[in-house]
Amino acid sequence: MQPRTLFQKVWDEHVVVEEPDSPAVLYIDLHLIHEVTSPQAFTGLRERGIEVRRPDKTIATMDHSTPTLPKALWVIDDQAKAQLGQLERNCKDFGIELYALGDSRNGIVHVIGPERGFTQPGKTIVCGDSHTSTHGAFGALAFGIGTSEVEHVLATQCLLQRKAKTLEVRVEGQLMPGVTAKDIILALCAEIGTGGGTGHVIEFTGSAIRSLDMEGRMTVCNMSIEAGARAGMIGPDETTFEYLEGRDHVPRGADWDAAVERWRQLRTDEGATFDKTVVIDANKLEPMITYGTNPGMGMQISEPVPTRERFEDASQQAAFEKAMGYMNLQPGQPLLGKRIDVVFIGSCTNSRISDLRMAAGVFSGRKVADGVRTLVVPGSHDIKKQAEAEGLDQIFKDAGAEWREPGCSMCIAMNGDNLEPGQYAVSTSNRNFEGRQGKGGRTFLASPLTAAASAVKGEVTDPRSLLLS
Amino acid sequence: MAKFTTLTSHAVPLPEENVDTDQIIPARFLKVTDKHGLGDSLFCDWRYLKDGSDNPNFVLNEPASQGAQILLAGNNFGSGSSREHAPWALVGWGFRAMISTGFADIFKSNSLKNGLLPVEVSEPVYKALMEAVQGDRSTKITIDLPTQSVTALGSLETTFPIDSFSKHCLLEGIDQLGYLLSFDDQIARYEQQRP
Ligand code: SF4
Repeated sequence: MQPRTLFQKVWDEHVVVEEPDSPAVLYIDLHLIHEVTSPQAFTGLRERGIEVRRPDKTIATMDHSTPTLPKALWVIDDQAKAQLGQLERNCKDFGIELYALGDSRNGIVHVIGPERGFTQPGKTIVCGDSHTSTHGAFGALAFGIGTSEVEHVLATQCLLQRKAKTLEVRVEGQLMPGVTAKDIILALCAEIGTGGGTGHVIEFTGSAIRSLDMEGRMTVCNMSIEAGARAGMIGPDETTFEYLEGRDHVPRGADWDAAVERWRQLRTDEGATFDKTVVIDANKLEPMITYGTNPGMGMQISEPVPTRERFEDASQQAAFEKAMGYMNLQPGQPLLGKRIDVVFIGSCTNSRISDLRMAAGVFSGRKVADGVRTLVVPGSHDIKKQAEAEGLDQIFKDAGAEWREPGCSMCIAMNGDNLEPGQYAVSTSNRNFEGRQGKGGRTFLASPLTAAASAVKGEVTDPRSLLLS
Repeated sequence: MAKFTTLTSHAVPLPEENVDTDQIIPARFLKVTDKHGLGDSLFCDWRYLKDGSDNPNFVLNEPASQGAQILLAGNNFGSGSSREHAPWALVGWGFRAMISTGFADIFKSNSLKNGLLPVEVSEPVYKALMEAVQGDRSTKITIDLPTQSVTALGSLETTFPIDSFSKHCLLEGIDQLGYLLSFDDQIARYEQQRP
């Protein structure tokens, strides 16, 4: 047999029908749904009078517009309330398990999938949400879909798919202290741009990826979509199996051993080729930060904001200038030392326990600078509980940060947690688009270490200056 | 889904690159539970001023844009969030086709399922069209799906790629779920073989 990539192996496993000139019918093992992108899909099912084919392979959560204020489970407005109510009704009518608001297993969809052990190597996983790429960290083929496709999967447990090309992103070497998984993926976005991975599935390889824990790998795969790739994958290994063993929905006993045996085969074979390869030297990476209005507009934190001449063609220059205008920044000036108003630590990119530990490490014995509002929003109730057991919540509160209930929160600003016009935020989330964190708000994307250090100083700060002092 | 065969229309020029779906339709409009009525919120934060009145400097508000069915957009249009609300809003405003040098994957797939045709052209063709449309806003562009061609200005003619399945669905107005449901037996057989 021809040597195959990890992507090809998972693809082959799931093809139901493949005919020339038509897209393949691809079987989906796990379908995650949330309140925002599913209502119209259920309406479609009702109009056609069809059932959900496999409710047992479908899991629902509420996360996007849910409140994060402690003990005040009010929902921002009637429209959001109606949407949450509709999800509840849809799940009840169609027999789908729902982790509703208030359920101890509730959390951000891409956090709870892995946490509960639904996410497993070799599965095909979809969700009406572009950051479904997160689950690829386990060697699953996981990608975001639109609402029409949500309806397709509900109805048939399948999707019509064309096979993507493959892009290997090899990250070799060792990260320096203060440099994290987030910096790897921000560096990739800066290198290939937000359209660089279009049409491709990324496989992350190399020693720096192997040495990441599962949470770091999830951070990397999460933002594959910001480089334009629909999915990011990492071959499963001992780190993966160790993370999964004993979780709610993974096999037990002899079934577990058999599963691990199967999962070990999910490796890109020696001699298999990728359509493209990009190499990143981990030894040379520094903490990264974005300066503009898409995740590709990023740089090393110690660098000055680029100038117009850095960009080749006129439309790139125009985009750069528009971003400078929106961000109200001067080309050629350093970002270090820039006053900020808000720090957001959370989102499906960086709201897991290791992210919170990193941030707490910086906050410990320190205070949030005057005039800076800092929100720490765990990704799930499990993470919240764990953080509280470790006393991290106390560290955050003592520092003057707000410790919130789980949810998407200020990553998408649908629930009342948002930036005010003109405010600057250092955020651990994944998108710095105009208005993403609130109309008129300005976002610098960075790692939890950089975000926490910036909160303490009240300005954009290289975390190494605090960690090493 | 509405059929798509041939379309002749003037176009709205939006030369920005990497326009993301958060700009096409900001998240605060995602609390709806149906697909309709999003056209008024299309490009909301660029289109309206703080007081809610029309921003006269935004292209969509110019009189010359009214009635246009083609959007001429910069590279990597539709990046970011997978929200299908983006094509719903574009269709809601009246667009039937978009011309660019490139579209983001999920957005392209969503558009095709809503009768909104993404037309990918080369950089020189894009530039020529953009120049012509910005120079004369009444410039008509014809997009012919059966021959996969774009014509304009009497002299410009080019072809564009589209996979044969999506083309067929658009030409016939076929909705893909109907097609997918016809594989019920194969899907059942596949499920039986799996652990
Ligand atoms: S945290 Fe942000 S990016 Fe992640 S699922 Fe929620 S809204 Fe989407």
